[in-house]
Amino acid sequence: MRTYHSLEEVRADLLSSKTTLVSLVNYYLQRIETYQHLNVFLHVYADEAVQRAEAIDAKLKAGTAGKLAGMVISIKDMICYKDHPVSASSKILKGFKSIYSSTVVERILAEDAIIIGHVNCDEFAMGASNETSHYGNVLNFADNSLVPGGSSGGSAVSVQADLCLASLGTDTGGSIRQPAAFCGLVGLKPTYGRVSRYGIIAYASSFDQVGPVTKNVKDAALILEVIAGKDEFDATLSSKAVSNFSNLQAPKKNMRIAYITETIETEGIDPEIKAAMYNRVKALQADGHTVEPVSFPYLKYAVPTYYVLTTAEASSNLSRYDGVHFGYRSPNATDLESTYKLSRSEGFGEEVKRRIMLGTFVLSAGYYDAYYAKAQKVRRIIQEKSNEILSNYDLIILPTTPTTAFKIGEKTSDPVQMYLADIFTVQAPLAGLPAISVPETTHSNGLSIGIQVIGKRFGEQEMLDFAHYLTQNH
Amino acid sequence: MEEFELVVGLEIHAQLSTKSKAYASDSAGFGDDPNTNISVITLGHPGTLPKANAQVIDFAIKMGLATNCTIRLENQYARKNYFYADLPKGYQITQDTTPICTNGFVDVKLKDGTVSRVGITRIHMEEDAGKSIHDQDYRDTLIDLNRAGVPLIEIVSEPDIRSSEQAGAYLTELRKVLRYLEICDGNMEEGSMRCDANISVRKKGASEFGNRCEVKNLNSIRNVQRAIEYEFQRQVELVKAGEHIDQNTLNFDAATGKTSVLRSKEMANDYRYFPEPDLPPVVLTNEYIQAIERDMPALPEQLFKRFTTEYQLTPYDANVLLDQKELAQYFMELGTHCANYKLAANWIMGAVKSYLNEQAIGITEFPIPPIQIAAIIQLIESNKINNTSATQILFPALINNPTANVAELAQSLNIIINTSDEDMMAFVNEVLAKYPDKVAEYKSGKKGLLGLFMGEVMKLAKGKLDPKEANKLVVAALEK
Repeated sequence: MRTYHSLEEVRADLLSSKTTLVSLVNYYLQRIETYQHLNVFLHVYADEAVQRAEAIDAKLKAGTAGKLAGMVISIKDMICYKDHPVSASSKILKGFKSIYSSTVVERILAEDAIIIGHVNCDEFAMGASNETSHYGNVLNFADNSLVPGGSSGGSAVSVQADLCLASLGTDTGGSIRQPAAFCGLVGLKPTYGRVSRYGIIAYASSFDQVGPVTKNVKDAALILEVIAGKDEFDATLSSKAVSNFSNLQAPKKNMRIAYITETIETEGIDPEIKAAMYNRVKALQADGHTVEPVSFPYLKYAVPTYYVLTTAEASSNLSRYDGVHFGYRSPNATDLESTYKLSRSEGFGEEVKRRIMLGTFVLSAGYYDAYYAKAQKVRRIIQEKSNEILSNYDLIILPTTPTTAFKIGEKTSDPVQMYLADIFTVQAPLAGLPAISVPETTHSNGLSIGIQVIGKRFGEQEMLDFAHYLTQNH
Repeated sequence: MEEFELVVGLEIHAQLSTKSKAYASDSAGFGDDPNTNISVITLGHPGTLPKANAQVIDFAIKMGLATNCTIRLENQYARKNYFYADLPKGYQITQDTTPICTNGFVDVKLKDGTVSRVGITRIHMEEDAGKSIHDQDYRDTLIDLNRAGVPLIEIVSEPDIRSSEQAGAYLTELRKVLRYLEICDGNMEEGSMRCDANISVRKKGASEFGNRCEVKNLNSIRNVQRAIEYEFQRQVELVKAGEHIDQNTLNFDAATGKTSVLRSKEMANDYRYFPEPDLPPVVLTNEYIQAIERDMPALPEQLFKRFTTEYQLTPYDANVLLDQKELAQYFMELGTHCANYKLAANWIMGAVKSYLNEQAIGITEFPIPPIQIAAIIQLIESNKINNTSATQILFPALINNPTANVAELAQSLNIIINTSDEDMMAFVNEVLAKYPDKVAEYKSGKKGLLGLFMGEVMKLAKGKLDPKEANKLVVAALEK
C-alpha cells in the first residue's frame, strides 16, 4: 500500500479500483499495530471500521458516497461518540462510555468518514506536550525522544505516522496548531462559534473549538466544511453560512499581510524559525504582496490572560467529575464529602489539579476582580487590537511555536516554561479568530517548522486560500 | 417588645410551569417516576451544553411587569458553583449581576384596611437542582434528577416587611399574581413555590439594620409567619440580654415551631459566580417586552378595580371572587350573559361555592357552564321562579343535567310561578273561604292577619306564585 497524502489521492485510487477502502483500513490497522509504542491510540475500532469500509466501498461504486468517503479519521479522546469510550485521557473517566454522539462525529459520519479510533491527548486537553495523559505520553514519529506537542498530540502523530489520513482535535490555546507544527502537518482552529462544541468534553468553554489535523490544506478545508455550521445544541454557534471551503482559490494579487514584530523579535525564539519568518516575508513581498510589521505590545499579557480565564472556566467545567454520577469513584470514600475529595484527588492528574486550583483561586471572593475580571478586560483589548490589525490587513502571519519539538521531560518540571510554549498560539483563541498552522520549512535539526496564519472572524475561506498558497510556494 | 421593630425580606423561588426544562428539552412536569426526565444535558454528561428555553425569559418578563419592575435588555447568565449530589454539573446556571427584573414593588392590603408597599429588589432566572431523598432508604440518600434543570425565578424583596401579617399578605399576593399569569402553580407543599426569610430586629427608629438570619425550609405561608414570629421573639430576647445575633442560616422545624442553626456564616459557600460561557447574553428589545405586556392577562389588582366600579360589587365580594383566577373568570363569563352582577356574584358565592365545598372540587370541575347559571338568574329576575325553588330544586337538577334547557327544566319541575290573575284568585278565594272568622277579624281592624292569609295562599300554590302579586290580590280581596 502506498502512503496517501490527501483524500484526493485516496479517492482517485478507489475510483480507479487500484485499491479498496477495506484494504486501506486494513493497512492503517496494520500500522497502528506496528507503531503501538508511539502510544497514539487509546481505542481502535477495527471491526467497525472494516464494516463501514465495506459499506462505503459499495456506496463509492454506486456513486452515492459522501464528501468524506475514503477518509479514515482518528478522533481525540475529548470527542464523544455514542457507545464508545471517551475519557479526556483521564483516570477520572476511565471506562466511561458516551451515550450520545457529538455533533462533529454525527456530521463526519453522515459524509462517510471512517472513525478508526480514539487517540491520546493531554489530560482534559491541558498540556502542550501530550505528557499529562493518564495513559502516558505520545512519541513524536520523527524522533521518538521528542514530544509531539499537545494537547492534540495523539491526533498529530496518528496522521504523521500514517496511522490514518486525518484527525479531529480540539484547540483551546494552540492544541491543534502547535502539535501540527511539531509534526509537520496542517492544523486548523476555526473561528470561535464556527464548529459545534456539543459533545466535546469542555476544557475552557469560551475558547474550545474542534478542528482538523491533516496532511494538506484542502483536506482541512473539506473537514471544516463538513463539521461547521449552525447546531441547535450549541448556543454559542454562529448561524453564518458555511461555504465550500475546500474549493480553494488562488489568493488575490497584492494581499495586505501583517506580521507581528514581537513574535519574531522575541527572546527565546529559535534563530532558524526567526530566519524562516523573514525569508517568508521577503518571498511574499517579492510575489507582489504588501507585508508589513505591526506592533502588538499585548503579546506579553496573552499567556497570563489565557491561563487566568481558561483555568477559571475549567475549574467550573470539571466540577461534574465528582465521583457521584459517573466516572471514577474512590473506593476509600465513606460519605459525600470524602467521595468528592478522594475521587477528585485520585482521579485527576497533577496538571489538571493545578489548573482547577488556579481557576478556583482566580474566581474566589476577594480575588475575582484582581484576576478574572482584569483578565476579561485584557482579553477584550487583545480582541479589539487584533481586529484593528485585521481591519488594515487581510491576514496576520506569525510563527506557530518559538522552537521545534522539544525533548520529552524537558519542560515537565516547570509549568511556566510549558505554558510559554503557547505564546504564539493563544492570541487567536483569546480574540476568537481562526488560525491555521502549515509546515513552512525544515530546521537544520531535521524537524518541521510551522507558520501560522490568523484570519478575520469567520474569514476562514481567505485564510485557507492563503495557507494553501503558502504550502504551494516554498 | 414594643420598643423593637421587626425587619423581614423574603426570597421566593417560583418554579415556572413551562413544558420543558430551562436548558434541555426534557419534560419539566411534576410527579413522574423518578429519573425519567433526564437527558444527557440534565445528567450533565461530558460534552453537553445548555439549550436555553425561550419561554423562561417570557415568564420572567411577565412577572417583572406584573410587579412594576424595570426589565433589563441585556441579560447575562452566570454560573453558581457548588458541590452537591443533586447538582449534576457542579454548578447552577443563574443570573448574578444582571437580573432580568429590578426595582419593582407590590402593594399588599392588611386586615385593618391599610395598604403597604413591599419593594422588589430583583427577579432573576435560574435552574432548579434535583431532589435528594433522605427518608426512603435506611442507608442511602436517593437522588431524583427529574427536577434538575426545571426553570425557576427567584423574587427577592427589599427588607420592607414589618410584621408576620404583612409577610403573609405579600406572599399571598405574589402567589395570586403568579397564578393569574399562569407561570407557576404556587403550590408551597409540593415545593413549586419556596420561601426563605431574612429576619432581623432593631430598636424602633434605628436607621441601621441588625444582623440577619436566613430561615429556610418554610413550606407554607403559615410557617413563614410562624418562623417570623418565633425569630422576632428569639432575637429580641437576645438583644435585650445584650447578646450578639450570629448571622446564621437557620432551619425551621414545623413540628416544634422553632428554628435551629443549619450553617454558620463561616461555613458559607464561596459560589465563585462568573459569566456562563456556554450561553450568549440574551438581548431583548422594548418592542418584544411590549408585545409580552399586550398579551398579559388582567391581574387581580386591575380586576378588583373593574369589579368594584364597573360591576359595582363590594370590595369584600370582589376579593372573594378574585381569590382564584378560575373563579374570577367564571364570574366574568357569567357577567357577559347577565347584567345583574350583584345577583351573579351572590350565586357564585352562595349556591355554586357551597356545592364546590361540599364536593371538594374546584370551579374548573364545576359541571354547569356560566350561561346556564345566567339562565337561572334570568328566570328569577323575570319573576318566573323564586329564589328558594331556584337554589333548592332547579340548581340540583341542573347539576345532574347541566346541558338541559333551563326554562324547560323549571317547567318540568313544576316551579314556574303562576302569574295569571285568574289562577291566583282561585287560591286567594279558597283561603278566604276556609277562614271566614279571620276575614271578619281582619276587616274589623286586625291587619296583622294578612301574613296568615299570605302564608296559606303560598302554601296552597306550592311557591308558584309571585309573592308581590299574590299580596296585592289578597289585600284587594279583603278590602272588597
